[in-house]
Amino acid sequence: MGSRIEIRWHGRGGQGAVTAATVLAEAAVMEGLYAQAFPEFGAERRGAPVKAYNRVGNSPIRTRAPIRNPDVVVVLDTSLPPDLYMPGLKEDGYLIVNTGLAPEEFKSKLGINVKVAAVNATKIALDILGVPIVNMAMLGALLRVTKVVGLKSVEDAVMETFGGHIGEKNVEAIRRAFNLVEVV
Amino acid sequence: MAVQRLVVEQVRLALSSNQAVAYAVRDADVDVVAAYPITPQTTVMEKISEMIANGEMDAELIHVESEHSALSAVVGASAAGARVFTATSSQGLELMHEILHIASGLRLPVVMAVPTRALSAPISIWNDYSDLMNTRDTSWVTLIASTAQEVYDTVIEAFRIAEDPRILLPVMIGYDGFAMSHTYEPVYIAKSPERIREFLPRRDRVKLDPNRPVTMGTITPPEWYYELKYQQVVAMNEALKVVKETDKLLGELLGRDYEPVETYMMDDAEIGFLVYGGVYGTLVEAIDTMRSKGFRVGAARLRLWRPFPVEDLVEKTRNLEKLIVVDRAISYGARIAGPVALEVISAYYYEDDAPLIASVIAGIGQRTITEDDFVKLAEVYMRKGRDSPLYRESIYWGVRGVEVK
Repeated sequence: MGSRIEIRWHGRGGQGAVTAATVLAEAAVMEGLYAQAFPEFGAERRGAPVKAYNRVGNSPIRTRAPIRNPDVVVVLDTSLPPDLYMPGLKEDGYLIVNTGLAPEEFKSKLGINVKVAAVNATKIALDILGVPIVNMAMLGALLRVTKVVGLKSVEDAVMETFGGHIGEKNVEAIRRAFNLVEVV
Repeated sequence: MAVQRLVVEQVRLALSSNQAVAYAVRDADVDVVAAYPITPQTTVMEKISEMIANGEMDAELIHVESEHSALSAVVGASAAGARVFTATSSQGLELMHEILHIASGLRLPVVMAVPTRALSAPISIWNDYSDLMNTRDTSWVTLIASTAQEVYDTVIEAFRIAEDPRILLPVMIGYDGFAMSHTYEPVYIAKSPERIREFLPRRDRVKLDPNRPVTMGTITPPEWYYELKYQQVVAMNEALKVVKETDKLLGELLGRDYEPVETYMMDDAEIGFLVYGGVYGTLVEAIDTMRSKGFRVGAARLRLWRPFPVEDLVEKTRNLEKLIVVDRAISYGARIAGPVALEVISAYYYEDDAPLIASVIAGIGQRTITEDDFVKLAEVYMRKGRDSPLYRESIYWGVRGVEVK
């Protein structure tokens, strides 16, 4: 088995966690990598907690089990309880959060010991898209932190998914978060 | 040395199994599609209707008010000579049940995709194979895929099998609802459909034609009904050979090889698992883990459920000491309650050197199955000999209130 990264996305219905995971898998496949994206299948509805998963690697991915020990957890909405998103995150893993707080502040607020990356994705989404759909900003932060795939591939995948004006706005959100994310 | 085969030029995309179905239906040049939406099938039809609306696909899409009507509509179109497709899941497949027998009895080459789902009541939108297993005796050739790639390949192959003049039976392609239907993964699809369409020639068959009138499915008295049913028996048995032939041709066309029963690390295995559908991938990774610790374990996957490939199954599993069959459906009231386990035991009845066969029920209503479950099951059965009650009846793995020791 080659190298593989496992990512778990947490958001609420309507924030686009599932779409973000799908776009990431598309970008990885474009780069010739192996990838998987799947939602935690529920009766989806706006506002309800949502989980999505990514596996990306350089050899075929066979398992379809849910990810229990992710390398990265991405939290689109910090009003979700940490009990929901923290379980199983590897000790040397990354927590990427949508927050106005600095990463140190968030880390001490939660009293956790993993690496934290913070970006105010809500502000980015409102500034650029005019709606609090934070998925693409969080994807930008993820790319900066993990370098799992190149920014260019993700931008291509976004343009393919959304196209035109909406695609360009989403690309802008990805780039801004990529540049603004702070890490401790 | 491996010879690089000449295959159709292909492009690599990230697709869900449901989307892979839609691309296969497009490339197979289907004429008529009718369906009624149901989770988790819906995105198959969303993609097909998008392709038709975009002009990527030249097919008639019939909107109907139920699955009973969906299958009836494609039965009618197929009887008139069209190449047809439908898809459904769970309650939708149950509602189609009456027409399942009519499609096969009329010997119509209907192709249907079934992202499998548990049955009501209580309502579960999640996966198991209760819906597909309930169709066992409907005389549909039934294949079960384990990756989105295989879903694309198998839907294409299904039209050729169904339309083979030796067969003329409908074909169903099952795959895990959600765990496959909604999972994006790499899939190679044909860059252009020409070679796929050559692979699926339009063959002449008896059809409804006002210029050459025929009657189909007329009332048939005791003097004749049995012979018509026996012809279905013969066609279904013949389908085993045709599926294998078609697998081979498909391999030459697309460069990917399939068999009715596929195995992994089985050659020197003492304990083997037999599963079907997407959970095979999870099993294979569990086998890697167990092998790295020195356990002689292997995996097998049933790809062809009807006709049941008795000889392939026996040939590929007979050297095992123990064979653990994991079913994701329950035949209530049967002591061995796994539909595939029942079939495997029956396949071995006349074999002298049968492995000990265990029936495990798991994954009901998408109760999670991880690599750990296979490791733990292997540990349980490693310690159990012929006298253990764990072989006498199915065990219910992962259900609250039942402890398997």
